[in-house]
Amino acid sequence: MTVLELRGVSKTYGQGAAEVHALAGVDLSVDAGSMVAVMGPSGSGKSTLLTIAGSLEDPDSGEVLIDGTPLSGMSRNARARLRRRTVGYVFQDFNLLPGLTVAENVALPLELDGMSARPVHAAALGVLDELGLEERAVRFPDELSGGERQRVAIARAVVGDRRLLLADEPSGALDSVNAEAVMRMIHHACKRGVAAVVVTHDAQLASWADRVVFLRDGHAVDQTSPPAGPESLLTPGRIQ
Amino acid sequence: MSVRHALLALLSEGPKYGLQLREEFEARTGEVWPLNVGQVYTTLQRLERDGLVESDGAGDDGPQKGFKITTDGEAELAGWLRTPPDLASPPRDELVMKVMVAVQVPGIDVREVIQSHRRYLVELMQQWTRIKEAEADSDLSLALVVDSELFRLDAVIRWLDAADGRLKRAAADPPQPAPAALPLPRARRRTGTRR
Repeated sequence: MTVLELRGVSKTYGQGAAEVHALAGVDLSVDAGSMVAVMGPSGSGKSTLLTIAGSLEDPDSGEVLIDGTPLSGMSRNARARLRRRTVGYVFQDFNLLPGLTVAENVALPLELDGMSARPVHAAALGVLDELGLEERAVRFPDELSGGERQRVAIARAVVGDRRLLLADEPSGALDSVNAEAVMRMIHHACKRGVAAVVVTHDAQLASWADRVVFLRDGHAVDQTSPPAGPESLLTPGRIQ
Repeated sequence: MSVRHALLALLSEGPKYGLQLREEFEARTGEVWPLNVGQVYTTLQRLERDGLVESDGAGDDGPQKGFKITTDGEAELAGWLRTPPDLASPPRDELVMKVMVAVQVPGIDVREVIQSHRRYLVELMQQWTRIKEAEADSDLSLALVVDSELFRLDAVIRWLDAADGRLKRAAADPPQPAPAALPLPRARRRTGTRR
C-alpha cells in the first residue's frame, strides 16, 4: 500500500534573478514497509522534499497524497491532525525536550493528540521495548549518548500508529557505529510496516534503503534498481 | 590478499591439515575470499621450501598431510602484520580515468557518466549492507570485511560527488588557463602510479 505519493511536485524560492527551483516536477512513491533514501548534494532540494512530504510546507504545483488522500483538499485542522497522528519526523539534532524523561519524550506526540495517560504510557514503553531502549525509559536526554538520543527520537517518531517516518540526515552527527544503529532501527521500524523517507548525502546511510532516489538541482534524475541478492557478491572465486 | 600470510596466521594457532587450512581460511574471511585447494597446496609447498612451515611428511600432498609453523615463520608473520601496504603512490584507477577521459570527449555529458557510476556503486553498497544486516552481527570476520568494502565504495562515491561539484562550478565559471610562467612542479608530474 502506498503511504506517501508526490506527483509532479515543484517549489520555487525567491523571485527574478534570485529565483531558485528547489524542486522541479518530482514524482515519488513510498509503500508501507519500505525505506526510500533520497541522495543529493547540498542545495539539491532534499530538505524541501521532506518538508513538503510532511505537509510542513506547500508545493507551488503538484500534489502530495498521504494514504491516498491529497493534502491540498484538507482543512488546516485535518492537516495538523495528520501531522500529529500519521507522520513522524527525525532531524539531525534530535530535538528531545531536556526536562522530560525518555518515556515522556516518546509519549509526547500521543499526549498532544489528546490520548489519556495510561494508554499513552503503555504505547511509549511498548515502542521503547521493541526498539531495545526499555532500560533508558526513566533517563533524561542529557544522560544519554548522541546515538541513544537519536534512537529515542526515532522511537518518538514511530510511536502509536504513525505510518510515515521522515528523516533528515538522521545520523549526520554520529560516528559510524552509532549511525549504523540508527539505520538498523529505521529499518526495523519499516519491517513493522512504516514507510520511511531518509534524505542524506551519505551513501552508507542510503545503502540501508530499499530504493535510492538521486536528486540533482531539484530534479529526481535517477534511482537504484531493486537490490540483487547478497549471494551475487559471495560467489566463489570473485575476489582473489 | 596474502594467502601466504593468512596460512601462517592459521598455523600460528597450532599444527593443521591442508584441507582444514582451506576451510578455516574461508570461514575467517567471511567466505568473501574463496580459495581453491590447489592454491592452498602450492602456497604450503612454497612456505615449506622457504623454511617458514614444516610438514609431518605423511605421504603425498594430500588432505591428510599436516603442517606446523617454524620460528622463522612466526617472525615472518609478525613482521608482515606491521608492514604497511604500499599506499604511497596513486593506484591506476579505471573509474578516475573514465571520468577524466569523459571530460575530454566532445558530446559526452560527464555528469550523466558520473551518475551512472554512482548508481552502480550505491547498488553494490546496498548489497553489502544486506549482508551486514543479515549476518554480520554473528560473524565478526564478515562484519570487518563488509565494513571495509562499504568504506572503500563510499570513498569512491565521495570522489564522484566532489568531481560532480567541481564540474558544475567549472561550467558556471570556466577556469582561466594557467600563466605560462608558472608550470606545474616537475616532481608532481613524475609521481609514480601503481598498477
